[in-house]
Amino acid sequence: MTGSLHRFANPARFQRLSQAVLPWFAGGTVIAFVIGLYLALFGSPPDYQQGETVRIMYVHVPAAWMALGAYTTMALASAVALIWRHRLADLVAQSAAPIGAGFTVIALATGMLWGQPMWGTFWVWDARLTSVLVLLFLYLGYIALINAFDDPERGARAGAILALVGWINVPIVKFSVDWWNTLHQPASISRFAKPALHPSIMTPLLVMAIAFMLLFATLLLLRVRTATVEQRLRTLAMARARS
Amino acid sequence: MTRKRRRLYAVTAGMLLLAAAVGLVLNAFRDSLVFFYGPSEALAKSLSPDQRFRLGGLVEPGSLGKAGDGVTVTFKVTDGAAAIPVRYAGILPDLFREGQGVIAEGRLLQGTFEARNVLAKHDEKYMPPEVVEALKKSGQWQAESKP
Repeated sequence: MTGSLHRFANPARFQRLSQAVLPWFAGGTVIAFVIGLYLALFGSPPDYQQGETVRIMYVHVPAAWMALGAYTTMALASAVALIWRHRLADLVAQSAAPIGAGFTVIALATGMLWGQPMWGTFWVWDARLTSVLVLLFLYLGYIALINAFDDPERGARAGAILALVGWINVPIVKFSVDWWNTLHQPASISRFAKPALHPSIMTPLLVMAIAFMLLFATLLLLRVRTATVEQRLRTLAMARARS
Repeated sequence: MTRKRRRLYAVTAGMLLLAAAVGLVLNAFRDSLVFFYGPSEALAKSLSPDQRFRLGGLVEPGSLGKAGDGVTVTFKVTDGAAAIPVRYAGILPDLFREGQGVIAEGRLLQGTFEARNVLAKHDEKYMPPEVVEALKKSGQWQAESKP
């Protein structure tokens, strides 16, 4: 397994591969968002209880999923970086952090706008809302930590450990609604139970989820490419300064 | 053992220990991590009158009434086993109705819950209104489950 990982960890090969797939990801993102937003805003019925407000879900839920997905990506890349010392894995983790923080902010903001009309409050300190706020702080702490060292290698090492330790929060966010009484309702879609969503509401949600996933992949590829080039420039500048 | 393998074991062991520690802490704080008590729990705890807490459950159908002043509403919050009467003067959320899940914040005074704030809780079901109508007609509609 490490052999195949090594192949993709070669920066030159990564640049070539990512250049080839990037237009496909970007195009797919645009198409999925056009279809998804059309279905979410016009092509789906209102909810029997919440009326038109339910449309917030089509942004809120995929953003929340990707907030967790981006953190898991960051933690996995950090583990690879810590154990196998691949520089590219460090770059993936560092590039994923701001994107994930963005998704978390979107999930929190849309959740507050949704909570006010439905629950009667923008914010409560229940287990789900609090753990998602902790997720945002983990992202911000990680970004601050990796930039707090003069030596980027040491910053990356410290950040990787924080990313791994903080991953403990991901299952807490996911299962908070099952483990404790919360104001937030439990998940509508789970692997084991029949989904509590009508197909006419499920379809736009899944299309939007694909759109958010493709958006994450596109942004991540772009950011890792930039980070790779930046790193090469830094190495060249240091080599020139020495000679 | 190579250094890579050693690092792999160290990271795995660290994560497992951390997960165990967090699990124990969360288990220890279980009682303070809940957002609300159900009526049965609240009655079993014999809370003192000056202790504020949140009471969660369903608004018992047929229990909603208005007091003489036109502002105060009274209803019962139930979990199926026990019910506590609630009194509240203020704005109710849009989703508030009989049979709906609610969370009231306040104190229990002589068996009546004096609410300062009422929040609506909804379940994880999302359906178009026509489907709900059809389900109700065919008798397959299940009312909201316990919140």
